[in-house]
Amino acid sequence: MSAPKHIRTPLARVLGRGAARSGTEQFWHQRLTAVANIPLTIAAVIILITLLGRNQAAVAQILGSPLVAIIMLLFVFSITVHMRIGMAVIIEDYVHDESAKLTLLMANTFFTFAVGLAAVYGILKLSFGL
Amino acid sequence: MAETRSLEARTPAERPLSPHLQIYRPMLTMMMSIAHRITGFALYFGMLLVAWWLIAAASPNGYARFQWFAGSWIGRLILFGYTWALIHHMLGGIRHLIWDTGRGFGPSEREWLAAANLIGSIAITLILWIFVLLTMGGS
Repeated sequence: MSAPKHIRTPLARVLGRGAARSGTEQFWHQRLTAVANIPLTIAAVIILITLLGRNQAAVAQILGSPLVAIIMLLFVFSITVHMRIGMAVIIEDYVHDESAKLTLLMANTFFTFAVGLAAVYGILKLSFGL
Repeated sequence: MAETRSLEARTPAERPLSPHLQIYRPMLTMMMSIAHRITGFALYFGMLLVAWWLIAAASPNGYARFQWFAGSWIGRLILFGYTWALIHHMLGGIRHLIWDTGRGFGPSEREWLAAANLIGSIAITLILWIFVLLTMGGS
C-alpha cells in the first residue's frame, strides 16, 4: 500500500528542487547585478558628466578609450541582465493570460538583447574607430 | 490521482486571499516599494537613450541630433526624470540589499530607510543637476 513517495526522504526532495532543478538563479543574478550596477552606474554618471561640455570628437575619443569603453561595456552588460530579470518579474506578476505572458517574456528578451547589443555596438565602434 | 488533480484545478482551495492594494491606507514604505518598481520599469526604456547616445557619439551629425534632443525642454525633462529614477532605484536597491542581509526590518528602521530613499534621491538629483547646470554656464 505504501506509495513510492514515501521512499524519498525530505532531504532528497529539497535537494531535487522539483522538475526545474533550479529556482534561485534569477534571484541570485538580480542581486549579483544589483551589486555590480552600483559602482558601474556611479562610474557611468561621472563619465557622462565629464563629457557634457565637450564636442563630438572629444566625446568619441574619450568614450572609445580603453578604460572608459570597458567600464561602459560592463555597465551595459550588467544593467541589461538586471533589467531583463526585473521586467520578467513584472510581467509574471501582472500578466496572467498564458500566451500573452509568454509573448511578453519573449519580447522582453528580444528588447534587452537588442538595446544591449546596440549600446555595445556603439561603444565598440568608438573603440575600434570603424 | 489524475482525477484528483483535475478536480483540484477546477475548484481551487478556499484559502484566505491577501487583500489588494486599495484596501490599505497609503504608507511611505508601500509607496517606496511601488516607486521602486515604476522607476525600474521607466529605466528599462531609458536604456534606449543610453544606446542612442553611445551610437550617436560616432558621428558629428548623429551627435548634433542627440544634443538637440537633450537640450530641448522635453529632452531636459526626460533626462531630469531619468536622473531621479536612476538615483531612486539605486538607493532603493541598496535598501533591498540591506534587507537581504536580514537587517532593517524593524518598524522605525524601515520607515527611516523609506524616508532616506525618497529624500536622498531628490537631494542627489537636485545636487547633480545644479552642479551640471552651474559648470556648464546655465542654459
